[in-house]
Amino acid sequence: MSINTLRVADASASTATASTAASATSTSATDTACAHCGLPVPSALIDASASHQFCCTGCHTVFGILHEHGLDRYYEFNEKREAPVQASGRSYEEFDHPAFVDRYVRTLPNGMVRTELYLEGVHCASCVWLVERVPLIVSGVVRAELDVRRALAVVEWDAGAVPLSAIARTLDSLGYPPHPFRGVVRDAMRKREDRAMLVRIGVAGAIAINIMLAALALYSGELNGMEVQFTRLFRWISFGLTVPAFIWPGRLFFTGAWASLRTRSLHMDLPIAIALAAGLVRGAINTITDSGPIYFDGLAILIFALLVGRFLQQRGQRMAADAAELLHAIAPVSARIVDAAGSHEIPTDALLPGMILDVRAGESFAADGTIVDGQSTVNAALLTGESRPVSVASGERVYAGTHNIEAPLRVRVEEAGETSRIAKLMTQVEESARRRAPVVQMANRMAGIFVAIVLTAAALTWGIKYQLNSASALDDAIALLIVTCPCALALATPLAITVSVGRAAGRGMLIKGGDALELLATPATLVLDKTGTITEGTTALSTWIGPEWVQPLVLALEEGSSHPLADGFRRAFAHLAADAAARTVTDARHVAGGGLEGDVDGHHVRIGSPRFVLSALGDDATSRMDATIREGLAGMERTLTPVYIAVDGVVVAAAGLGDRVRDDAQASLDALRAAGWRTIMLSGDSPDVVRAVGASLGFAPSDAIGAASPEDKLAFVERLKTSGRVVMVGDGVNDAAAIAAAHVGIGVHGGAEACLSTADIYLTRPGLSALVELTEGARNTMGVIRRNIGFSIGYNIIGAAMAVVGILNPLIAAVLMPTSSLTVVLGSWYGKSFSRASLRSVS
Amino acid sequence: MSVLFIVLPLALVVVGVAVFAFVWSARSGQMDDLETPAVRMLHDDND
Repeated sequence: MSINTLRVADASASTATASTAASATSTSATDTACAHCGLPVPSALIDASASHQFCCTGCHTVFGILHEHGLDRYYEFNEKREAPVQASGRSYEEFDHPAFVDRYVRTLPNGMVRTELYLEGVHCASCVWLVERVPLIVSGVVRAELDVRRALAVVEWDAGAVPLSAIARTLDSLGYPPHPFRGVVRDAMRKREDRAMLVRIGVAGAIAINIMLAALALYSGELNGMEVQFTRLFRWISFGLTVPAFIWPGRLFFTGAWASLRTRSLHMDLPIAIALAAGLVRGAINTITDSGPIYFDGLAILIFALLVGRFLQQRGQRMAADAAELLHAIAPVSARIVDAAGSHEIPTDALLPGMILDVRAGESFAADGTIVDGQSTVNAALLTGESRPVSVASGERVYAGTHNIEAPLRVRVEEAGETSRIAKLMTQVEESARRRAPVVQMANRMAGIFVAIVLTAAALTWGIKYQLNSASALDDAIALLIVTCPCALALATPLAITVSVGRAAGRGMLIKGGDALELLATPATLVLDKTGTITEGTTALSTWIGPEWVQPLVLALEEGSSHPLADGFRRAFAHLAADAAARTVTDARHVAGGGLEGDVDGHHVRIGSPRFVLSALGDDATSRMDATIREGLAGMERTLTPVYIAVDGVVVAAAGLGDRVRDDAQASLDALRAAGWRTIMLSGDSPDVVRAVGASLGFAPSDAIGAASPEDKLAFVERLKTSGRVVMVGDGVNDAAAIAAAHVGIGVHGGAEACLSTADIYLTRPGLSALVELTEGARNTMGVIRRNIGFSIGYNIIGAAMAVVGILNPLIAAVLMPTSSLTVVLGSWYGKSFSRASLRSVS
Repeated sequence: MSVLFIVLPLALVVVGVAVFAFVWSARSGQMDDLETPAVRMLHDDND
């Protein structure tokens, strides 16, 4: 989980480092190297009287700590952190807070307490050494152990001797700012599962290899002749080894088969258990009667291969779950709180109810809470789908993940971390991700047919051969049962889907169920919402006609306005902010329904609707206007809102603002259409706008439908469903019903809560290109599944045919069975589904 | 060749010990983190 959070933190730390380094060089760096990190020391910091020179106070502090505790050995390591120490200097007092202790700290039987901390800045061998020497630096700490790959440190200490905040401050001053680790319970569960599975695989593997050795002796004995007493010895040893393989690691399949029988829901474990049991019984009888083939080598390898397959599947699901947690990144990593000591940054994880958040304009809320001071507008698009900002004031509630647009706010935290609305949402997403895909269940339905066919074939083989007085009738029938063990078939679908879902999650596509992949694999009808899906969903400046010198004037006047159009200007002219701030604005006045006017640096500026601007300029204002402005306005798209800018009585510029079409929309729609998808745009916006946008993106006039209410959208999708598969893509609450009704519902980046929970697939990256990648990935995944099923059935037919004819000897069976499983496992893992490269900058 | 009657059971006892060692190590969490211990053994100081 917070692996991702940590990456973010890591990235910001390294930027900070870079900027510090840059500032260091700007104050003329010298050849003197910092005694701690080895970077050049700025000339201003060189102290000729000191024996050691340091590039920053952080490094100086660490050097002091290490020297004082006799840990100078640190400097003997070749691999060191070559970066100035970036201590946050925080007090970490919230680490001693009872609520924090209650949540993150556990008491051990020996009276010590333990917690797990994520450390920033951990990356090499010297970090392990340093972090694990913390018990020498802080007395009271008993143990500190670092998992370098996950940057997770386990710390045990005597709560009576030293507070956690002191340990945290030490780690911080060493350059490893600590953060609490949230997933302790789930992590422990995972560890237990992993260990149990590892033990099973290890035991099954050891047994299988030893039986193989015995089998090797037996097979060569068959070729070259072996005394009967030794044959008997090897057969009994194989038997003796197989029994524990069945009752320990192999028990998993029998309990699965039993559960499947009891619940009357067929499962692949059933035919697997039948094959295993048939093999064991027959092998045991043949061992005791000292005649006929034993199948122990094949069976043992089978158990081993199936367990390895399950383990891989488990890991694939973990991957998907880990990637799903990328969504947590929507909430900011750190928050600024205000307390008696002033305001300081703390990690979001450490937020506790009752703290006062300081949220500046342009920042997101880190927790759910109530505004205690200030007045602003909030963009709650994520939760409500409303792209228009909502005004909020003292006493009103705001939610984590939403965006403060206008002015600083003070918010009292009510729900933080896992109890916040957005976190509950994520839990829901994860839960539905764990839901087993109906495609997998289809594979299990196949198990029933499979059992019937195999049992009939075995019975026929025995019956017919018995009639023909063939001595090998029973052996051949049992060989058939064993060789048709459907392990490859059992692994084919889940493995391929699990791998795809994991990879897709890394690419910003959270697929909640495998069935969606099957439904997206072939082209059908794709219905897209406009606002927020095809367009960006925010007001942006799209046309500017006029000289550039007007722009800072516009920005200066619009500065304090909360109007969405002002927002569009601010975003477009963000690079002029310094210029605008330098200008003096006087007598600024807001005219409702019209625009703004005021004096900027002595010039009278009017910005607003054409009617509002022209009304103050006299009748000839239009004729005095520059020709380019007139022509430009005539050619402006009807989807845009026109704005005039007049300076000292003359209209000098005009702008068109509107909801911009996403940059990748055209290319993505073209790609989808080329692949055979029928695209339809269904929007609640006015028909004029929808037609204009539709025409520019190549929608047929009849396929660009506007003024659709949520009920209309639902009815439209229902109607389409009668004539084929429908995929609905949308972002708002108004699309949620249609998304739920469609065969596959897809929620796009920035979509509403309702949309997120009903959609089968949620895209965590903006733009429509993810849709193209999704359909391609789905097609490739189905290809992998079909290939897997083909392979496993092929292997089974060959094996079954050989068994019926009676030429299947145990050696061939022993090779054939695991090979089919391995083909499927490798085919799924290396099959082309989604691109393997994961996107770091998702959301 | 009859030495096999002694050697084979002996070999199985060795396998049993190895399996026991593996199970013990996996259950006590030694397989949880396969990276840090490799780094840690380089720090052979006497503290």
